[in-house]
Amino acid sequence: MSVETPLIRTTITERFGEAIDDLGFAHGVHAFAAPPDMIVELCRFLKEHPALRFNFLSDICGVDHYPEMPRYETVYHLYSLPNKLRVRIKCRLADPPRVPSVTGIWRTANWHEREAWDMYGIRFEGHPDLRRIYMWEGFEGFPQRKDFPLRGYKDKLNPFGAEGTPPTQPDLATKNIP
Amino acid sequence: MTEVTELIGQQGEAFDTKEVLLNLGPQHPSTHGVLRLVLELDGEYVKRVDPHIGYLHRGTEKLAESFTYTQIFPLTDRLDYLCPPSNNLAFALAVEKLLGIEAPIRAQYIRVMMAELARISGHVLITGALPMDLGAMTALLYAMREREMIMDLLEMISGARMHTSFCRVGGVREDLPDGFLPKIREFCDIFPNRIRDYERLLENNRVFLKRTQGIGVISAEDAIDLGLSGPNLRASGVDWDIRRDEPYEIYDRLDFNVITRDEGDCYARWQCRVEEMRESVRIIEQCLDQMPEGPFQIDMPTIAFPVDKDKVHCSMEALIQHFDLSAYGFKVPKGEVYSAIEAPKGELGFYIISDGSPKPFRMKVRAPSFVNLQGLFGVTNARYLADMIAVLGSLDPVMAEVDK
Repeated sequence: MSVETPLIRTTITERFGEAIDDLGFAHGVHAFAAPPDMIVELCRFLKEHPALRFNFLSDICGVDHYPEMPRYETVYHLYSLPNKLRVRIKCRLADPPRVPSVTGIWRTANWHEREAWDMYGIRFEGHPDLRRIYMWEGFEGFPQRKDFPLRGYKDKLNPFGAEGTPPTQPDLATKNIP
Repeated sequence: MTEVTELIGQQGEAFDTKEVLLNLGPQHPSTHGVLRLVLELDGEYVKRVDPHIGYLHRGTEKLAESFTYTQIFPLTDRLDYLCPPSNNLAFALAVEKLLGIEAPIRAQYIRVMMAELARISGHVLITGALPMDLGAMTALLYAMREREMIMDLLEMISGARMHTSFCRVGGVREDLPDGFLPKIREFCDIFPNRIRDYERLLENNRVFLKRTQGIGVISAEDAIDLGLSGPNLRASGVDWDIRRDEPYEIYDRLDFNVITRDEGDCYARWQCRVEEMRESVRIIEQCLDQMPEGPFQIDMPTIAFPVDKDKVHCSMEALIQHFDLSAYGFKVPKGEVYSAIEAPKGELGFYIISDGSPKPFRMKVRAPSFVNLQGLFGVTNARYLADMIAVLGSLDPVMAEVDK
């Protein structure tokens, strides 16, 4: 488990001032909250800063905080291979959720972002190939949202599902977007 | 012969080929599960590869939100089904961090020992399966024989051969059974010689070497960029092992080497795994030497089941405790944790958000195979369709873990 170091906090405050919230250090990871429009800039800064070098993107995770508002969140876990440090960046998103893609910084973000799109309908702007990854093309709805029933919706293939139909969202077409 | 020559002659010097879309899988022996690769072929050259996954998607993360923490253990078993003890360990560690507890030392040794057995079981299979994909059947048959020994050991400990579910939050389910130590010592004596056998079978096998050496090279920069971890990353020359760099459990008391190779090709990845099995045997031996006597489960009635099962039948408090834990689970304080371990396939991380209830609000699995499969986009020098098979085998994705 990596240990707490003031280095990350001071470096970020020096560059971004008050725009990035410090959420404190817990269980080996230092957490920060960033607004969506600063995600790319912050990630690039963390990756390229000579003292930090967070060059490894461990994970991108989508979260649905329903019924809390703002409802959605993306969580980025970065790791620094040279310094053995971990950092978490959290980014709250309003409905409909949109956030710039970090695929330009790490190629591994590609599938993580596709997964978050598939499961939560979080749209990553600038992603080269934002298709569903687990569910099939033409699947309606986003299964890991809290308002999606655990057994899915009832139809002819799924007699045990919940009554009702998935909410249609004209803004976020569930079809694969080009 | 003449017919063929004439055919080529008519079409001119450059033998024009039409681009072909080929579906490799989802049912194909060398995709090691239900993976579908859509390949754009130009003759026999692969121009583009587009993996389609999700055929085994069971919604582990969504299911976990409706299960108590103890109920989630069997779900984690089914992620990387070749090495369930590692998955159990990763999940238990994440919950223990949230609770702020630690398992007793003996339990930690048992868990580490089982995780290393699992590592051998995962690596030994791919050590045999990669050559089998390339046409050398023999190694796999021997590998299965050794894997059987590991399954027997796991069966002795937990009663199950594959999905052990042996870890618990705050320890393990039971103590080691009588007669287990001589069995595992015997395994540790036999197994290094068997590894040597695999090497002798394949090290000088010219076909195997031609098909793997220099094929599917991933550079260190690409490997980091694509998020590879575990043996796949170390085969590209990046010296990173979570067991050493962020030691969890009792790994800081153990002496082992981190195996790296610089070539980054299929053969290097295969070699890394073979060498890692040797190190795992060393780790198991050290665990057996150092393992102290003591409790195998934390003494916290709110979290762990009563150690003495007979008590449940005679004592009211123990009965209530047992009922409470089985019916409602235990509450985990509000907070979030990301905890990663070095699973056989790479960095296996659990990100858990708890809202203070007995069920996780959100559980995200950072599955190493899911990320490692993206290594397909970073390989160079794998021009032919047949090379794709070698690359896929050497990246060692387990589809159950990819699809979660």
